[in-house]
Amino acid sequence: MSTPEFSAGEAPAEKVTEVSGTGIPVRGNDIDTDQIIPARFLKVVTFDGLGQFAFFDQRFDDDDNEKDHPFNEEKYQGANVLVVNANFGCGSSREHAPQALMRWGIDALIGEGFAEIFAGNCLALGIPTVTADSETIQELQDWVDENPAGEIDIDVEAETVTYGDNEIDVTVDDAQRKALVEGVWDTTALMKSNAGAVRDKARELPYVEDAAIPDAE
Amino acid sequence: MSQGTLYDKVWDRHKVTTLPNGQDQLFVGLHLIHEVTSPQAFGMLKERDQEVAFPERTHATVDHIVPTGNRDRPFEDEAAETMMAELEENLRGSGIDFSDPDSGNQGIVHVIGPEQGLTQPGMTIVCGDSHTSTHGAFGALAFGIGTSQIRDVLATGCVAMEKQKVRKIEVTGELGEGVTAKDVILTIIGELGTDGGVGHVYEYAGEAIEDLGMEGRMSICNMSIEGGARAGYVNPDETTYEWLKETDAFENAPEKFERLKPYWESIRTDDDAEYDDVVTIDGSAIEPTVTWGTTPGQTAGITEPIPDPDDLPEEDRDTAKRAQKHMRVEPGDTMEGYDIDVAFLGSCTNARLKDLREAAAFVEGREVDDDVRAMVVPGSQRVRDAAEAEGLDEIFTAAGFDWREPGCSMCLGMNDDQLEGDEASASSSNRNFVGRQGSKEGRTVLMSPIMVAAAAVTGEVTDVREMEEVATV
Repeated sequence: MSTPEFSAGEAPAEKVTEVSGTGIPVRGNDIDTDQIIPARFLKVVTFDGLGQFAFFDQRFDDDDNEKDHPFNEEKYQGANVLVVNANFGCGSSREHAPQALMRWGIDALIGEGFAEIFAGNCLALGIPTVTADSETIQELQDWVDENPAGEIDIDVEAETVTYGDNEIDVTVDDAQRKALVEGVWDTTALMKSNAGAVRDKARELPYVEDAAIPDAE
Repeated sequence: MSQGTLYDKVWDRHKVTTLPNGQDQLFVGLHLIHEVTSPQAFGMLKERDQEVAFPERTHATVDHIVPTGNRDRPFEDEAAETMMAELEENLRGSGIDFSDPDSGNQGIVHVIGPEQGLTQPGMTIVCGDSHTSTHGAFGALAFGIGTSQIRDVLATGCVAMEKQKVRKIEVTGELGEGVTAKDVILTIIGELGTDGGVGHVYEYAGEAIEDLGMEGRMSICNMSIEGGARAGYVNPDETTYEWLKETDAFENAPEKFERLKPYWESIRTDDDAEYDDVVTIDGSAIEPTVTWGTTPGQTAGITEPIPDPDDLPEEDRDTAKRAQKHMRVEPGDTMEGYDIDVAFLGSCTNARLKDLREAAAFVEGREVDDDVRAMVVPGSQRVRDAAEAEGLDEIFTAAGFDWREPGCSMCLGMNDDQLEGDEASASSSNRNFVGRQGSKEGRTVLMSPIMVAAAAVTGEVTDVREMEEVATV
């Protein structure tokens, strides 16, 4: 899968039915978006270049010396499937977090569970966040540790992940699966096509002044 | 599936259609924007050659990065200046109202919405900030969104969402002396966990919630997201309406108030509503509560021991061990007496006038401990002005607090207000994540504003119930 290209006013037609590549495990529950991208790197007006700052404070000490972290390990460079534990991406709504991961090279996440806003932000970028139980995830993380060059195949539609000789069942949220598999995850274009119904809905709401409702285009 | 709750009703009133991807398209009643998560969205809009669909349903301010000291333009922090200028450029000619520092209305986005009456019951409210749940205190359906969704809202006036479950959290009884809304929400998150609310919206109800003023209800709804719930709300009642009457939206428009009130009443949860889940918490048993770890769910009453990680459910043990090492606390101890270096009174959770008044009552006539650097960052320019009119600024500065300009400040350490090295802070904010307040080694203890006031004076985490309230503000 490649990074989606948006063209002016149109929905990308890209379907994300499967993601394949090598894995990288980042262990721990409740890894918040402040860990994924510290707030000082939010002082930007575009998302370009955020990839180098993913997990920055976990990867470098105050003197910029590398610390032990999977994102620093040579064997995981080039990995595109991030394997995490529970409540990953909790905290701040910053889309900078999935943007940084995506720009580092991540195309999909497999985990025990994801915070909702984070998962929504991933979907908006066409990045699947698929889940499995704790034991299954830990086995996968151990396998990735031992097989950093081993291929992982995520089948979004079939809700399976294949690695080595194993095939495991995973869960993909219904709306997410539909959106990715059918390539209808550009919600701007989807919703824009209902502009007339939106104006009608706005008119029904007692708190919306008529003057605030735009004329039909 | 829930039925007849405020959530169900507001959802239905705003649902435009079901999208081909299975999500619902919801009309957005109020879109709040700020300088950090909006520039990229405006950029995407320009790339697509699209305009803001509902500028009059959109309102902007600056809070995340804006300096809380010297605000002369250009800002000393070049990155902050760039972001401010970018927002100004994006808003120029857009028809979007801007509560900028020159307007006297600037402040944290979740403080200014309610104080200007932009926030109203029965609205859908979104903002590129996870603490948007705050606005649920008014009986609105309010939640944080990411930047791509901001693009959606700017371009279409709508957001695509999946409907969630509703959990009623009933807080019974009367809160004890020295116990505030902050202690209630820290207790709730401690009991239900940081991911207990994933997939749910929280409806806060019960005597202890109904007895709260709007400020307290906002503190509770604000931290819904720390419990994993994207939105939380309280049904609107007379307390809500009294607040609304005083706001810009209604103070000179009683006919508008009367026109909208039936709508507000109509979206209240029905008596026979069905919930997906109900949790009851005994409000009278809640103590002043603080965090001992590095997630907002790692909490303990001030007289309760810090738990032994080995006694916790297996999935919580590693996180607890790491947290205790970072915080340098031992199982079995209480947090009382934990030395602090910084006292931060501010943030969208607790920087409203009532919070400052209550804290000032414990500060008056006392002095900040010699080893503590203490600051008050009011939630908005209006809060700051009102506090100054009452002389609260003098109480705080006489005690040794720094009295600053409004903004998010040390809650997330994006401007110069940051912890240094391994400093420990007593903080009225909402997140104690490692590094959150600007230093990787920094240690944050979350607590109520009056507990921050007490800690500032004694230099350590203190049971506010053992201190006498001095002032009679």
